[in-house]
Amino acid sequence: MIDKTRRAFADMVDCIEDGQTILVSGFGESGVPNRLIHALVARRPRDLVVVSNNAGSTAAGLGALLAAGCVRKMVCSYPRSRGSVAFEELYKAGRIELELVPQGTLVERLRAGGAGIGAFYTPTAAGTLLAEGKEQREFDGRPHVLEMPIRGDVALVRAHKADRWGNLVYRAAMRNFATVMVAAAKTTLAEVDEIVPLGGIDSDAVHTPSVFVDRVVC
Amino acid sequence: MEAEDVSRLIARRAAQDVQDGMVVNLGIGIPTLVADLVPADREIIYHSENGLIGFGPAPEKGREDPDLINASKDPVTLLAGAAVCDSLTAFSMMRGGHIDLALMGAYQVSADGSLANWTLGREGVPPGVGGAMDLAVGSRNLWALMNHSDKNGAPRIVRELTLPITTQRRVTRIYTEKAVIDVTPSGLVARERFCPVEELVASTGAPLDVSGV
Repeated sequence: MIDKTRRAFADMVDCIEDGQTILVSGFGESGVPNRLIHALVARRPRDLVVVSNNAGSTAAGLGALLAAGCVRKMVCSYPRSRGSVAFEELYKAGRIELELVPQGTLVERLRAGGAGIGAFYTPTAAGTLLAEGKEQREFDGRPHVLEMPIRGDVALVRAHKADRWGNLVYRAAMRNFATVMVAAAKTTLAEVDEIVPLGGIDSDAVHTPSVFVDRVVC
Repeated sequence: MEAEDVSRLIARRAAQDVQDGMVVNLGIGIPTLVADLVPADREIIYHSENGLIGFGPAPEKGREDPDLINASKDPVTLLAGAAVCDSLTAFSMMRGGHIDLALMGAYQVSADGSLANWTLGREGVPPGVGGAMDLAVGSRNLWALMNHSDKNGAPRIVRELTLPITTQRRVTRIYTEKAVIDVTPSGLVARERFCPVEELVASTGAPLDVSGV
């Protein structure tokens, strides 16, 4: 029998170790797995590399993980949301590393990581500061930048519904990065609003097939 | 005039040029205001980088859904006909040339239409790029909406950028509170002006053809 559900959030994140790369879904406050992140904060991990679109936009969630000093490096597209206070303080003090990635490049690098792609060229950022140090090459007369995949040790995502196999359904704008992050990490942990019986999700309506998900909690 | 009124004036003028049936992405800042100012008889599909295709105005107070926000992270609604997708699909639309028009805020635009709108390069302040470079590189048309001068009164339209460039693509049109300006192969050409011509020329930091206004 396959049962990926867990009763406690602490049982979800016990696989996370110091120094790992953690992919965290969400855009602003939508689709951020805050309860999983808070369970992670309680373990006080060190030297994490966190990949997420923003760097926390309130004191909760990623803001709490950053404030607790658990993060060595942030890989994101926009760390300047209203309320990204913890990140801004760490950055100003020189206590955190930032890898700034254009958002479309970020999602494509994650996709490449999850799909077994070695690298790819994109015109995004060609000729800008964010292409410095990267190979550039012309295709169809346009300059492109070589970008490398991103792979994580663990992905933390939020969805609306799951079943015990780990099929996921999202609602509204919470889907954002989750669909690529689930594939780009060795282990994927999903926090959901509701766990339904197997068969309770129409197969045609599944957004993330169970294969990509390891643990589910409600 | 209050800064807010100036922003609205710029947005209102740009909104007149958004055509029925277009797929449009509105950047953070002044462009966000455009949605409410497009003439009501035009049907526009607004694209948001976080996966909302066909979003509508802000909900009534108390009816906000934390999982239904636009790129500025403000609550929105979904119109009949709207679709929701993931960021990968939303950015495929942007990078793959499926967006008709991108309206972007700008710090500077140069004489050849080069755009600077992602960082002021200040020490100790983290830069943020978001989807600006993807949108600029892939949308079919790129317009800049900005105040004619910066907070210190210096021109934002400049001979050459002094701030980091966003893309090798070029802006084709600039909307400010003083003028509508086209970027043409022969330089910047004013199409409309909303201030005395001397003021327009004096506050523009690049050669500007005002012969038609």
